[in-house]
Amino acid sequence: MALPLSHNFRNVTVRWRATLATVLGIAMVVAVFVLVQALAVGLEKSASNTGDPRNIMIVRKGSTAESSSQVSLQQFQTLHYWSQIARDKKGNPIVSADLVTLISQPRIDGKGEANVSVRGLTPMGRFLRPQVTLVAGRWFTPGKREVVVSSRMAKRFAHFKIGDRFKTAGNWMTVVGEFAGQNSAFDSEVWMDADESRALFDRESYSSVLVRAASPQAAQEIISRLDSDKRLPLRGDSEVEYYSKQTATAMPIRILGNFLATAMSIGAIFAAMNTMYASVGSRTREIGTLRVLGFRRRTILLSFIIEGALLAAIGGVLGCLLALPLHGYSTGTMSFNTFSETVFQFRITPWLATKGIIFAVVVGVVGSLLPAIRASRLPVIAALKSV
Amino acid sequence: MAEPIVQIRNLSKIYQQGEINVTALDNISLDIAGAEFLTLMGPSGSGKSTLLHIIAGIDRPTSGECRVQNVDVTKLNESQLADWRNQNVGFIFQTFNLIPVLTAAENVELPLLLTQLSKKQRHNQVATALELVGLSDRSKHLPRQLSGGQEQRVAIARALVTDPALIVADEPTGNLDSHSAHEVLGVLQSLRRDAGKTIIMVTHDPKAAAFGTRQIHLEKGELS
Repeated sequence: MALPLSHNFRNVTVRWRATLATVLGIAMVVAVFVLVQALAVGLEKSASNTGDPRNIMIVRKGSTAESSSQVSLQQFQTLHYWSQIARDKKGNPIVSADLVTLISQPRIDGKGEANVSVRGLTPMGRFLRPQVTLVAGRWFTPGKREVVVSSRMAKRFAHFKIGDRFKTAGNWMTVVGEFAGQNSAFDSEVWMDADESRALFDRESYSSVLVRAASPQAAQEIISRLDSDKRLPLRGDSEVEYYSKQTATAMPIRILGNFLATAMSIGAIFAAMNTMYASVGSRTREIGTLRVLGFRRRTILLSFIIEGALLAAIGGVLGCLLALPLHGYSTGTMSFNTFSETVFQFRITPWLATKGIIFAVVVGVVGSLLPAIRASRLPVIAALKSV
Repeated sequence: MAEPIVQIRNLSKIYQQGEINVTALDNISLDIAGAEFLTLMGPSGSGKSTLLHIIAGIDRPTSGECRVQNVDVTKLNESQLADWRNQNVGFIFQTFNLIPVLTAAENVELPLLLTQLSKKQRHNQVATALELVGLSDRSKHLPRQLSGGQEQRVAIARALVTDPALIVADEPTGNLDSHSAHEVLGVLQSLRRDAGKTIIMVTHDPKAAAFGTRQIHLEKGELS
């Protein structure tokens, strides 16, 4: 039979001054762990919200991002006649060619400039991306030098408010609306008319083509047909897959985060160990008494491990609470796939918080292991005589 | 004399301190009857605590036999001893040894956590034990909120809550003023008289020893 948990809990709280430093230390480690993971989750979420499983993204063979891809007008026209492509009510193939370019824009806080992705697209392109909705102003008019920016980008860059004008490629552009992309990759973009954008940036070709497949089987056929057709130097990927590959940006963050958390947790383990050794030391006679009353060695061992775990769990909960205010906070980073500013939100999911607390408990258990073994091995009579 | 509850035969305990052997107990034989209040007296280092520890199953002799209620405690392994102690012996220490974070009632309940009793049964037994030592109104108090005498009475309640045949006490009044000491000794005395417990008490104090029914003196590990 184990000692009651309330015993452990009171032992942790009664010596709160001694344990506070350890609890705070563990809380800091967990906060860092959770925040870095939240960043990675946010980045991945942005990618996973982007694709539609029915859509196929087509880019030039060998290019990793739309901004480095080229699809000629002729190739675009050829694709129109493929039978595997779905058609709208009027019988038109659901195909959109986009031109993605990078422009340099000053940040709103005046701290230099950053690259912004500008997507030129057709009305069909908007139809293919229903998660993007207008939240203020109006959509751009084809043939006019107008842009619609994502709300997140409007908060990060100067001249992105509705009615603002900015100069790019020697021409003045007017912001006429704001859209929301529901945490998709489009939240990091500025949209304008496709043909207007080709004229403005003097491009002969498009960057990518997005098509809606008539069926899942048709989607496979489009991909394999592009792969085998030697005349078309193009490659198709399901849109979902295309964007999940872009998530590679989150990998270095995860690696860095795990490295940081590991290094910090080693420190936290020693802190927990120190606290638990002190606890064992100050309760030597208590341990002797419990043994005399008939409690077994393993009960004592377990009791101290539980106490260490409890201590760490308190730190873990505190760490999650420390991290929580940053949930939903938008931030940006330079994406090495698109070479432009990517905005995303810190996302602290319940699973992530649970992981943080589990992580803390592991720190507590590892840290209390040696002190607990020492406690369980104390000779009874010597323990009783200790002061 | 009635059937002895404790039978000690040729008991010796030799400590090794470096290269020197220190004899704590030298070939002791002793019978203790049921419902006896035995006091062990003697100067420091005479071996009286060692003898008490062996009878109580928390120390082992170098040689000899110690039967308590016909169980040779020297032959039990460590986990058997732990169970045996829980069921058969109640302990009272000089320094009370209550768990500081537990209330009086929770301290008394500790040995019962190792039994199969239900929560209700445990609470009933705790209440009875606290009543026996006159501390029913202090059950929710923490040890630091009690006087020394009250703490020791809680410890007595803890010792008798499992209803053991044998209660051992190592200088139970050593840390108490004379009034509290008198109270505690009175409780022990009534435990023998009214509940038929066998009590073995180590003490320095002849006044305390006078509460017992028999006194034994130890000198350099031998009965004198």
